Amino acid sequence: MSATEIKTKSANWLGERIDISALRELIEHKRIPVHSATRWYYFGGITLFLFAIQFITGILLMLYYRPTVAEAFDSVRFIMTRVEFGWLIRSIHSWSANLLIFVAFVHMFSVVFTHAYRPPRELTWLSGIVLLGLMLGFGFSGYLLPWNQISYFATKVGTDVAASAPLIGPAIARLLRGGEDVGGATLTRFFAFHVMILPLAALALVGFHVLLIQKQGMSTPPWIGPSGVKQMRFFPNFFLRELMVWYFALAVLGALAAIFPWELGEKADPFASAPAGIRPEWYFLAQFYTLKLIPSHVWIFEGELLGILGFGLLALSFVALPFWGVNRNGAARTRLVTGVAVVLVSYLAVFTVLGYVK
Amino acid sequence: MSWLLGGGVAASLASFFYPVIRYLDPPRVSEAAVNEVVAGKVQELKPNSGKIVKFGNKPALLVRVNETEWKAFSAVCSHLNCTVQYQETSRQIWCACHNGTYDMSGRVVSGPPPHPLEEFQVRVRGEEVVISRRG
Repeated sequence: MSATEIKTKSANWLGERIDISALRELIEHKRIPVHSATRWYYFGGITLFLFAIQFITGILLMLYYRPTVAEAFDSVRFIMTRVEFGWLIRSIHSWSANLLIFVAFVHMFSVVFTHAYRPPRELTWLSGIVLLGLMLGFGFSGYLLPWNQISYFATKVGTDVAASAPLIGPAIARLLRGGEDVGGATLTRFFAFHVMILPLAALALVGFHVLLIQKQGMSTPPWIGPSGVKQMRFFPNFFLRELMVWYFALAVLGALAAIFPWELGEKADPFASAPAGIRPEWYFLAQFYTLKLIPSHVWIFEGELLGILGFGLLALSFVALPFWGVNRNGAARTRLVTGVAVVLVSYLAVFTVLGYVK
Repeated sequence: MSWLLGGGVAASLASFFYPVIRYLDPPRVSEAAVNEVVAGKVQELKPNSGKIVKFGNKPALLVRVNETEWKAFSAVCSHLNCTVQYQETSRQIWCACHNGTYDMSGRVVSGPPPHPLEEFQVRVRGEEVVISRRG
């Protein structure tokens, strides 16, 4: 029996049991617009690929990790020093987490600059923003799990930022910490968030996000007319290109993990001073540096509260982009949105660098 | 009929979610209030140095200012809960998290902390240094 016959028979056998016509339709007819901004389409796929890497390496790490104050640090050290290739798995997990958040930000800003948030793609934007929030949640909860000095104080600061929110802040902080202070209860809660609650929510949302993209097709920037755009087949043309990008991402990841293995630091001591040079992960550095700059009191308000309210309002207005970023006819307010996005990217870039060097 | 059905569903949902929400709220564990602790021996700290000691379940900062003068404060920064440290060169208290500084009375000198540090009373009892809550 030839390979083609086996393929046809298998497809027929499966088709008699499950209706795969929709999938077949998708494979045969899905097209990708080809224009000056096509390269930005790859970033959603890279984000998905890195998410899959996180899933696999996360499951592997769970085989040895122990989420208690007494054992967490030692179990990660055991993974890195005693388990074969443990250092590689942990380094890939940590590097991939950082690359994932970076790529997710690039993906989000590419959507902003190509104005792909405009109707009817509001739900795609909203699900993407919630996914980005979940990724930051993964980063924040995962950062504590090795139970080292830096992660301990980062969690103290992070949960205290949550506690500063008006009205519901203290309740959220208690919910996150599992008590009044960061301790063993926080570690078990963050472990539960990191390996169960966030992955379940993220999987559901990724499914919804991808489904919307399949239903609505790829958005083309407003400066490219809807008719006359060159197209390429998704299978195999775009998919193979995406696969090459994934291979490249994997190579970068492997090189980073091998050349710069992720450090473990010192075991957390709740009765030690915060070490000099303490700073959060790079994706929280802009907010960290802003909080450093705000004076203790601005008029009658506490500076810290003002900063946190400002971040909240900024995030909310960004979430609502599909509603203020278009005019009554549903066309993108390109100048306004591009201007706001340039200011925001500049702020994030400059303050992240300042937070790192100062 | 629809009201009855809707009410039943709402009551079912409430009966499912209420215990879950209550379960997520950690129980308030009452701890014995600590008002005084032995922070260490006199010889353990040289003049112009400080160390973190346990004051109940919170950290406190004990500073030996000179041969005879001692100071103690809550070591929890009033900004975002980090643990502060004594800086021998500037003779100030510093929080590494957001660069807040306090003077040796616990008052904010610079940076974002909104409130001073709570100051404790220090007594030297023989060889022991004892810190206690004021008042």
